[in-house]
Formats: sequence, C-alpha cells, structure tokens
Amino acid sequence: MRGTRGIRRLARHVARAAVAVTIAATTVMPVMPAAAQTGPYAGVEINVLTGVGPQIAEPLARRGKEWAERNGAKVNVTTVPFSDIYSKILTDVYTRTNAFDIYVFAPQWMGDYAVGGFLEPLDAHIAQHPEIEWTDIAPFFRDFSATFQGTTYTVPLDGDFHMLYNRSDILTKLNLKSPNTWDDYLVVAKAITDAKLTTEEGKPVYGSCISKKRGAQAYWFVSSIAGSYIQAQGTSQGGFFDVDTFKPLVNNEGFAKALDFYKDSTKFGPPDELNLDVGDTRGLFTAGQCGLSLDWGDIGTLAIDKATSKVIDKTGASILPGSNRVVDRKTGKLVACDKTTCPYADAAGVNHAPFAAFGGWSGAINAGSSAKKKAAAADYLAYVTAPAQSGVDVTIGLTGFNPYRTTHFANMDTWSQAGMSKEAADLYLGAIKSSLNSPNMMLDLRVQNNQYYQQVVLDTIISQFAAGEIGRDEAMQTIFDRWEEKTEELGRDRQLATYRATLGVTK
Amino acid sequence: MAVTIGERTATVATPRPRPRRTLAQRIDHATGGFFLWPSILLILAMGIFPFVAAIYLSLTRFELVKGGFKLTWVGLANYRKLVLGSERLHFLGKLVDPEPVGVIAVAAIALGGAWILVRRIRARETTIGGAISYLVALSVAVGIAWVIASTVAPTGRAGTLVVTTLYVVVGITFQYLIGLGLALLCTMKLPGRRFFRIVFLLPMMITPVGVAYMFRMMTDTSKGPLQPIWALAGLSSYSWVNDPWGARTAVMIGDVWQWTPFMFIVLVAALEAQPTDPIEAARVDGASDLDIFRYVTLPSILPVSTSLVLIRMIEAFKIVDLPRVMTNGGPGTATESMTLHAVIIWRALDFGGATAVAFLLVALVTVIATAFVNVARTRVTEAT
Repeated sequence: MRGTRGIRRLARHVARAAVAVTIAATTVMPVMPAAAQTGPYAGVEINVLTGVGPQIAEPLARRGKEWAERNGAKVNVTTVPFSDIYSKILTDVYTRTNAFDIYVFAPQWMGDYAVGGFLEPLDAHIAQHPEIEWTDIAPFFRDFSATFQGTTYTVPLDGDFHMLYNRSDILTKLNLKSPNTWDDYLVVAKAITDAKLTTEEGKPVYGSCISKKRGAQAYWFVSSIAGSYIQAQGTSQGGFFDVDTFKPLVNNEGFAKALDFYKDSTKFGPPDELNLDVGDTRGLFTAGQCGLSLDWGDIGTLAIDKATSKVIDKTGASILPGSNRVVDRKTGKLVACDKTTCPYADAAGVNHAPFAAFGGWSGAINAGSSAKKKAAAADYLAYVTAPAQSGVDVTIGLTGFNPYRTTHFANMDTWSQAGMSKEAADLYLGAIKSSLNSPNMMLDLRVQNNQYYQQVVLDTIISQFAAGEIGRDEAMQTIFDRWEEKTEELGRDRQLATYRATLGVTK
Repeated sequence: MAVTIGERTATVATPRPRPRRTLAQRIDHATGGFFLWPSILLILAMGIFPFVAAIYLSLTRFELVKGGFKLTWVGLANYRKLVLGSERLHFLGKLVDPEPVGVIAVAAIALGGAWILVRRIRARETTIGGAISYLVALSVAVGIAWVIASTVAPTGRAGTLVVTTLYVVVGITFQYLIGLGLALLCTMKLPGRRFFRIVFLLPMMITPVGVAYMFRMMTDTSKGPLQPIWALAGLSSYSWVNDPWGARTAVMIGDVWQWTPFMFIVLVAALEAQPTDPIEAARVDGASDLDIFRYVTLPSILPVSTSLVLIRMIEAFKIVDLPRVMTNGGPGTATESMTLHAVIIWRALDFGGATAVAFLLVALVTVIATAFVNVARTRVTEAT
C-alpha cells in the first residue's frame, strides 16, 4: 500500500509539472516569436554548423542574433570539434539529414562537398545581395578560396595566412632582430630561452611557441616551414605535389630541413608543446610567455585585447621566415638562392613562400535546404560578411576573423578604435598584405580527399616524428608512400588535373 | 484396416481426417508467430542487418561522386592494408626482435595454455571441437603476445593493437587489485565505511569526457591545478604527454581511477555475500587472516571476479574517450586505441578502413575473452 501511495504521489507531481510546463509553453513561448515575426524571413529558423568557439562561433551567434531580430528569424549555431567538422558536414549532407543550412568550414574541403552536389551555388545569391560588396573582398579569397571549378560556393568570412609573431620588447632588450629565415628563428628562440626571462607573475618566457598537437591544426605549420624550401618559382609551382607527375614533394632535402626545424624548435618551447592547440599557444603568447610564435592573424588582434593581453604594444608581426636555399626539383637537393632559383627572393636573397593555410573560414549553404531557408541563409551570410559588420569583427581577437577585404586594410580608424597603435597596425596589416601580395604565395591543398592527405596522414606522421616515435627519413618516406597510395586509389590523373586547376596551371 | 501381402497380414492404421480447426484455434495458433515475428524482424533490422552491412562496408571503398557516393568492392584490401600494408606500422607497430624477458613471457603463455589444454583433454573436460577452438584462441593470443613483446622492445614501437591491449591488461589488473583492497577495507567494521563506500563510487558516476579533462588538467605540470605540487617536486618543466610512456601512463591512471569503483562495488557485494561458516571454521582451526583470504575468501569470490573481469575487459577494449580528450592519441600514436584509430580514419571518409579496424577489434575481444574464459573456467572448477 505504501508503495502504491508513493506511485500516486509521484504521478500527481508529474501531472502538476506537466500542467505547469504546458501553461508556460502556451503563455511565454508565443511572446518570443510574436516580437520577432515581422521581418522578411519571419518564422524561418537557420541552423549553422561550425567549429568549437569562441573563435568563429561567437561572431556567427552574435551577428546571427542581430540579423534574426531584424528579419523575424532565428539562427542556431552548433559547434563541433575542429577535427570533426569535415565528417559532420558530409554525414549531414549525404545521408540527406540536412540538419544544418549553413556550414562554416575550411574552404579547402569544398571540392569534396561540391563534387557531390551538396553545396548551393552562390553566384546568383551574391548578385542579389549588393551589400556583400563582392569586389571589396581580396581577389585571392573570392577567386580561389570561395570558388571551385568556376562556381562560387562559399562566402569568405575570414582571411587566413600564417605569420610570424615576436615580442618586440624582448627582441629590443636582447638586441635581436626578428628572424628572416628559419635558421634565424632557431637562433633567436635559443637566445630568448637562454635569457631565462620570466613574466610579471614569475612564469617562464619560452623562446618559441608553435602548436604541435595532433588532431588539431598543427599540420599546417609543417607546410608553412617547408614552403619556402620547396616552392620558389611562384604560386603556380605548388608546394605539395609535382605539377607534372603529382608525386608528393615530401621526400627531399627541403622537407627534411622543415622536419629538423620542427623538432629543434620544440627544445625552446613549453614542456607540453606537443599537446598544445593554437588556442593554447595564443593564450601563452598574450600572457607574455612566448618570445616567438607562428599563427594565423589571430594573435595580432588578441594582443590588443585589454581584458586579457599582457603584450599590448609589445607584439611585432612579419611574413613567415624563409630560406636562402631551395629544393632543386630534379635532384631533391637544396641549392643556393640566386636570380634563377629564387626569382621572388627578398633583398637579402631569402625565398619566402607565405602559406595561405586553411584559406579562411567561409560560409556555404546546404543545397538540400528549402528555398526559403536558402534565401534566408544567403541574406544572413551577406549580413555577416558585409564591410560594416566584418570591418569591426576582424579587429576583435575573440572572433577569430582576420582581415580579408580591401576596406579592412584601408580603414585604419577601426583598428585605432580597437586599441591597436598605428605602429602595431602597420606591422600587423603589413605582414598580411605582404603575404597576400606575394607572387610566391603557397596555396593550400585542394584536391579530392585532401583531408586524408593532410589531417590524417601528414598530421599523424608529423606527430609521430615530433614524439620521437619515428626518424626523419622514415617520416618522409611514410608520408610519401601513403600519399601515393591514396593518389592511386583516387586516380592520379584526376587528382593531378584538380591540383593543376587550383594552381592555375594551364600548360 | 487389415492388408494381406502373400502369406503375411498386417494391420495398417487408417489415416483419420484431421479435425477442422475453429477460427479461435487458428487465431490461437497464429498468436505465437504474431507476437514473435515483430521481435525477430526488429532484431534482424537492428542487430543482424547492420552487422552484415558493416562487414560489406569493410570490404569496400567509399567515394564521393557527383550527386552522392559510391561503394567500390575492394575485397580484403582494407584488412591487408592494416596487417601488411601502409597502415601496418600504425596498427601493429614496428616489430623488432623481442628482449629475452619478452621471449620468456610469450613462451610462458604458450606453455601455460598448452598445459591447460592437455589437462582438460586428459580429464575429458573438452570435446574435439572445444579443443580446436581453444587451440585457435591460444594461437591468436600467443601471436598477440609476440607482437606486444616485439613492439615494446626499446627499438620497436607499439601500434594501436598493442596500446589497446596494454590499456586492458594493465588497467584491469590495477582496477581489480585496488577495487579488491578497497572492498576488503569497506567490509571491515571500520568507522566511516558507509561514507567511503559512496565516495569510492563517485568516479564511476562522472562522464568519461569529464574524467579525461580533469586528468588532462592535473597532468599539466606548467599551468594545471596541481602545478605548485609539480613545481615542488621539480617536475614543472616535464610533460607527461610529450613522452609516449608518460602519456600512456597518464591515460591508464585516469582509466584506473574511473573504473576501480565498478570493481569495488561488485566485490563488496561478493565479499558480504560469502558464507561466514567456513571463515569461522578456519579461524577455529587456527588459520591466519592471510590464509583465510587465500584459501576461503578468494575461491568464494572467484566466480564473481571472473564475470567482473570479463565484463570490464570487453568494455575496456573499446576505450576511446580518455585518449581522445587527454592526448588526441598523441604524442604520435603513442596513446591511440583501436577505437580511436577507427574514428580518425573514419573522419577522413575511409569508412571501409574504419570498419576493418572495428572488426579486427571484435576478433581481438572474442579471442582474448575466449582465452580468459577457458583459463578462468579451469580455476573456478578447481576452486569449487
């Protein structure tokens, strides 16, 4: 009997709770859309998928709220770990789940999605939204990052180049110059480490901080280092594969030098550098614990964040270091730079190959969404990328958005208002501009299944090498063999044709 | 009815006409099937079909094509790639000549397994089929032991197969020993034992991802919550996760911390359920506490312990959350389990390869579990 009474009592509680929830749902819930259901997209709900924030996800949600309030719609931003974005999008589209209307992802994966017909072509949408100011977007991002085989599939929201950051105050104090070559980098990193500097809190200052965590975004840094050794004859030469044979360019003295640098730099980094993601190295830099670092444009804007940064006006930026020796593609050996071997070398005879790693976070629309949602999604992306919004967002470190429009570089007022000194802004924007304008800019890999080549094979082998599990030569041979195996699986001719097309090779 | 053939006469039963079933009887007859078939179909749909489909998937290559995807039949290529091809170093590891201690360990497993089999055959405790399946399981177990001995040698390198097996063997050994120790303490009449019973259970209640993050923070010697302690110990410039064995140890400590309570709670129940008469009798006979534990308590909890270890073993082979969150399988592939291996290649759309890893894991679990059950059965039979 006691048990029966207990059940009855429980049932009464459940019934009361259900009534309360029903009353709340019928009274409170309609109030929310009533205020919002007045815009051109009234009642439309857009689901956005991107990586774990706050970077990228924060501005998407914040701008989404603004846009939704104006249009009577709703924007939901869902985040997944970076390493899961690629597969999450694919499973959503090819299983026809279509749980998301907008994907904000690395444009280098676009080929895989576009081939399957899963992405909405955006040329017509862009034409309908003059507020995008398409021609204001730097040509590299709109013509390379946003397009695949002549069709535009993404709206750029971010501009990405790997750059070198330094602690200008430490360099001055130790009478050092910002490194221009990778060899210089090690010398400077060692000098800073040997100086045994500490922060105001007594924490050590490391000579170098480079994200080397497996399953994150570390593998791009290896390509950044290898680029200046491997690519010297201009962008169309390519830095990943030979443009005539599609043989991997990972088994040569240049790549060996890059691997040596990768391992040597670990000696001057934090003890757990092999387990640091870019978020960790950025945090260390802005906390004042790094003398040098490699990163996208993010450190530049995070460094001026008054709430978190301890390196305001102490941060220098420059184009990625380079090399005065480059790989002879015929022999695989390193040869000295001269006018023939390094036609784009700087005044010091150093070849730089600034790496457009990742290509900048970009928004694409799911072709499987309804016409109404597609229209709303296009309008939302147009709002986020429009100069009025993006011009502010690129100055905020938390957003993860870096400059990608002509106006972002020209409008110095926004940078000044964000707290960046003119000197720092000149250095920061100058580094990005010199990368963007370099005729020897190294493009990211955009062949089919590039995620396997880079995020699986390269990432794993580099990680094994850095951990000392395998030697340098074994690492290079393994990457070569496994890339070759994948190429044979997918078809060499097709991969080669795609690769040449992305590099603009027409011969 | 009588039938005469030649001189012989036989009586043949005349077939009676079958009584016509009524509608109610027919409905009664069909009811069993009516209730049974939905369950059978559901099991087929939810269990058997995905299993068969997964086997098929492991024999194909997934590829995105215009308008969708296609699966290309590749036979055993995905398995070949793991065991003999480009994924061999990742899956099996780098095999070198094992150290003498490794050779001795492998020989001990082989001889021990053979001895058990001979004993069971002599005692007629097994059939021919049972002996053959035992031999197959033993051969695979010895093979795995050889791979482990060859990859943990100084110049070798452990692949995901060995790392997973290591997590299982080391993890479960410590979980059982610590769990048993705590269970013995909690069955003694000590003050506050009720409180500690609840406290000891807490780790099991926490989500594995939470445990992984907690251990990731605690093993961070430069900025984690235990940083002052690491600094005091002179380890602030050491990173567990930069060193392959350090990283594996960190993962195993997290795993042991989380799953010891499971062992603890079941063993507490087993210890409390054992009859007191034999213990009292042993005490009267002058047996020491250690003797009572060894000759009375341990045999009485052996059947429960066997089931407990088997359940944990099957579960532990699927470990993925801790290495995924703590180290992402790194440094290199030092902490990568087979499930994480499958996840990583699955993310790159190599569904065939990922499924092949999963089926090799199924085979591994089956073989090890079978070998364990065979050994445990002998011990349990002896104990009872």
